[in-house]
This record gives sequence, C-alpha cells and structure tokens, in this order.
Amino acid sequence: MWGFKIAKSQSINYDRNDKEIMRTVLDSEPSLRVCMACGGCTSTCSAGNLLPTFNIRRLNTLLQRGEYAQLRNELNNCMLCGKCTLVCPRGVNIRNIVLNTREALMKYESDTI
Amino acid sequence: MNQVIMQQKNIAIIGGGPAGIEAAASLAGLGHHVWLIERDSELGGHLRLMFNLFPDKRPADEVLQEMLTHAQNPNIEILTNTQVVDCQQIANNRFALKTDKGQTLEADAVLMATGYRLFDAARKEEYGYGIYPGVINSFELEAMLKNNALKNVKGEVPRRVILLHCIGSRDEKVGNHYCSKVCCVTAVKQAIEIKRRHPDTEVFCFYMDIRMFGPYYEELYREAQEKWKVSFVRGKISEAAANLDGEIQIKAEDTLIGKPLHMRTDLLVLMCGMEADTDEPVAQQLGIARGQNRFFRSADNYTLYNNTNVEGVFTAGACTAPMNIIDTIANARAAAISIHNYLGCRS
Ligand SMILES: Cc1cc2nc3c(=O)[nH]c(=O)nc-3n(C[C@H](O)[C@H](O)[C@H](O)COP(=O)(O)OP(=O)(O)OC[C@H]3O[C@@H](n4cnc5c(N)ncnc54)[C@H](O)[C@@H]3O)c2cc1C
Ligand code: SF4
Ligand code: SF4
Ligand code: SF4
Repeated sequence: MWGFKIAKSQSINYDRNDKEIMRTVLDSEPSLRVCMACGGCTSTCSAGNLLPTFNIRRLNTLLQRGEYAQLRNELNNCMLCGKCTLVCPRGVNIRNIVLNTREALMKYESDTI
Repeated sequence: MNQVIMQQKNIAIIGGGPAGIEAAASLAGLGHHVWLIERDSELGGHLRLMFNLFPDKRPADEVLQEMLTHAQNPNIEILTNTQVVDCQQIANNRFALKTDKGQTLEADAVLMATGYRLFDAARKEEYGYGIYPGVINSFELEAMLKNNALKNVKGEVPRRVILLHCIGSRDEKVGNHYCSKVCCVTAVKQAIEIKRRHPDTEVFCFYMDIRMFGPYYEELYREAQEKWKVSFVRGKISEAAANLDGEIQIKAEDTLIGKPLHMRTDLLVLMCGMEADTDEPVAQQLGIARGQNRFFRSADNYTLYNNTNVEGVFTAGACTAPMNIIDTIANARAAAISIHNYLGCRS
C-alpha cells in the first residue's frame, strides 16, 4: 500500500521566520549587507575545506533569511582565523559576524527559555 | 540669405587610441584643424593589441584600418612619439602646449583621449601572476590568439583554460570598487575563440556576475554555452598555485552548489580591469577633476558628459570610464560636437 506522510516544507517561509537575530547582527556589523556572494570566503576558509557542511557564505545568507537552525550547530566550527576577511573583495568583516551571531543566538536562547 | 563663415579653430587631442582617432576625424570633418598627439610610435591604443572584437568577432586590424582611413584628412596633423611636457592656459581661453619635440601648439580647446591602463595582475598576489608562467592576463591571451600561439608552459595546446573574471575590478582590496564593464564579454569572446581553434580544449569561465550589457552580448554568451560548450562556474577563485609540471591548481567556491572546488588547469587567464592613468601630466597640470573611480569626472553625467571642470578642456572614451570601442566611438563623436559648439559660441 501507499504510505502517506506529511513532508515538512523545504521552502524558506520568510514571513514566518523570526528576524530578530538577523537584525541584531546586521545592525552590529552592517558590512554583511554588501556581500556579493562571490564565495571567496568559503573557498579560502580552513574549516570549510575540512568539514563538508561548514560554508560560511551560505551560513551568512541563511542568517539574512532568518534560517537559524543550521547556524546553531555550524558556527562553532569557525576558528576565527580571519582568512575569509582577508580575501573578501567587499571588505565584509566576517569574523565579527560570526562572533556577533554566536552571541545573538546565545542571548536569544536564554531569553526564550 | 545669411551665410555663416566659420573660422577654423585649432584643437589639441591628447591620445591617439580609438577615441582620439574618431574625435580627430569628426572635428576635421567639421572644418577644424587638429593635432593628434600620441606618445607611442603608432595610433590605435589598446585596439592594436586585439585579435578580434566582440560582439561580432570582426578582426581588430580591419576596424583600426577603417578608422585610420576615415581620419586621413589634411586638417589632421598626427604627432606620434610625442608627449606634451607643458600645458598652460593663455589669453582668450586658449592653451599653449609644449611637446617633447620642441613644438609649441596654440589650441582653442584640448581633448583628453588618454584611455586607460590595464590593471597590473601582480597586485593580486594570490594568483601568482609573474611567478607562474601558466598564469597570464587577458591581453597576453589576446596576443597568443593574434599570433596563433595558444600554448601551455610545455609548448602544447592547452587541455584546459580557465578565465577568471573581475581581476582588479569590483575589488576593494586593490582600491577598485567599480566594474570594468568589458571583461565579462571579453572572456566570452576569448573562450569562443579558443574553442573554435581547439575544440578539445576545455574552457571554463569563473564569474561572480555575468554582465552582458550591450546589444548581441547575451547572444554571444548563449552561443558560448550552446555551440562552443564553454562551462561557466559561479565563484571567484581565491588562490592559485603551480605544481611541478607547471600546471595551475585553483581553489574556489562553486557557489551554486555551496562547496569548495579544486581544479587543475594548463592556463589561468586573469581578466584584468581598466584603471585610470592618474600620472597623466597634462591632466595634472590643468587640474582636471577625477571621480571616485579616478577616471575623469564629467561636468554632468547626463547633459555635459564630455565637459570637464576646466573650460575648454573636454574628454572622450575610456579615460572617462571603462568603455567598449562602440561606445568610445560614439562618445568621441559626441565630444567633437561639444567642442564644435563650444568654439562656435566663442567666436
Ligand atoms: C582585454 C580587453 C579586451 C577588449 N576587447 C574589446 C573588444 O573586443 N571590443 C571592444 O569594443 N572593446 C574591447 N575592449 C575595450 C577597448 O580596449 C576600449 O574600448 C578602447 O581601447 C578605448 O579607447 P580609448 O581611445 O579611449 O583608449 P586607449 O585604447 O587606451 O587609447 C589611449 C591612447 O592614448 C595614448 N596616451 C595616453 N596618455 C597619453 C599622453 N599623456 N600623451 C600622449 N598619448 C597618450 C595611449 O598611448 C593610447 O594610444 C577590450 C579591453 C580589454 C581590457
Ligand atoms: S574565520 Fe572562520 S569562517 Fe573565516 S576562514 Fe577562518 S574558520 Fe573560516
Ligand atoms: S568573500 Fe565577501 S563578498 Fe565574497 S561571499 Fe564572502 S563575504 Fe560575500
Ligand atoms: S565586466 Fe564582468 S569581469 Fe569585468 S568587472 Fe564587470 S563583472 Fe567583473
């Protein structure tokens, strides 16, 4: 027989997503807004070349869509080496974004408990 | 009936590339006398270095010859191997230009057509230009195509060529935030030419955005994909290194997949952007204003594009902004009309 199950939607529901963490980080490090998604950071990132799921460009994009689930697990992999910031053609301060996102996630979690 | 008799005026054009040649032809056609001053031994500027031109692959030499023929006019005095060493504003809004050949030219107007400088790829140290022979710039590839000498470091037809967009453009690390406009379509043009000659060579373009701004450019992009099987990867290469065989190993993010990507190639071609020549002495002496991108700033981007902040000094072509040859020619004609009107107003 055919099994039925309700598949969880894979789409980003931007209207439903909470935007507070995104806003906090964008306010504290506005340079993220000028990212042009070239991938230079991911390409050069030491953590990203070792860990299959750690992609800093993608994580920073997820942040800007209010998709935090992966950030919680992934952002701790960043070693804060700053190589990404060295190559970025737009001068995005990625290290500071990682720090501020971690902080915002922690604060948000303690606030909602 | 009133007859307007125009007095012949003298115009000094600095720079004999496409912009200078076309402006000279137009001004001479309008009855003016022109000195076309070029520091090189020949006219043509960067057009002389090209094999063929986007979008219709017309041979560059043919276009240059046609432009030069058009500029054969007794009203045009061509001064090659010549540089202006001094330029002063004198009475009646005129200019006295001294050349390194000892001439003094008294001009009613000056047209800057000094073009651009190609970005020096060695400034992007992560690509090893000038260190690894397998890393070349776009004009070196153009020369290989022109001389029928597309080779890898071992002297063989390359098995793979990677063209990397946005070198020295859109890059705040080197102080150039602007887009050089022509390098995307140049990469597509060059990729097609490589495939046309060597169908077995794999050609990749690594890009951040594909900017096909002109008529028939998008069609050229599609042709590259469909007919010539050129591959496009969305990601900027972050570093390159040569192995013992001289092959180049590159690293990028394939951003559409979201994973780091490694690849080897025989040739890595850096699509260098355009930079303004800020050392140009005449502009320095006259105090011609430059914009944030260091190209000459127009008095108004809409209505006074060819005018500068200095009365009687005009600009044309790629010294005002990155520009292709088609736009350069149109811009040079517009500059000629602006000068003609300016001189007409004053007489
Ligand atoms: C890799 C590459 C490929 C390209 N391919 C194409 C193409 O296929 N089709 C296309 O339409 N466009 C192409 N372009 C763009 C093209 O090069 C420009 O549109 C064109 O050269 C602009 O002409 P110009 O006369 O303004 O400047 P230039 O070509 O730079 O000419 C300026 C001239 O002024 C002279 N000069 C400068 N300063 C002085 C001075 N102080 N005294 C005397 N002389 C001086 C220089 O020697 C030079 O001869 C390409 C550009 C690049 C980088
Ligand atoms: S700072 Fe973090 S994200 Fe940036 S290169 Fe280092 S490990 Fe990667
Ligand atoms: S290097 Fe800078 S511009 Fe490029 S994807 Fe990373 S943050 Fe964005
Ligand atoms: S035209 Fe293309 S390659 Fe050149 S700077 Fe602009 S986006 Fe980059």
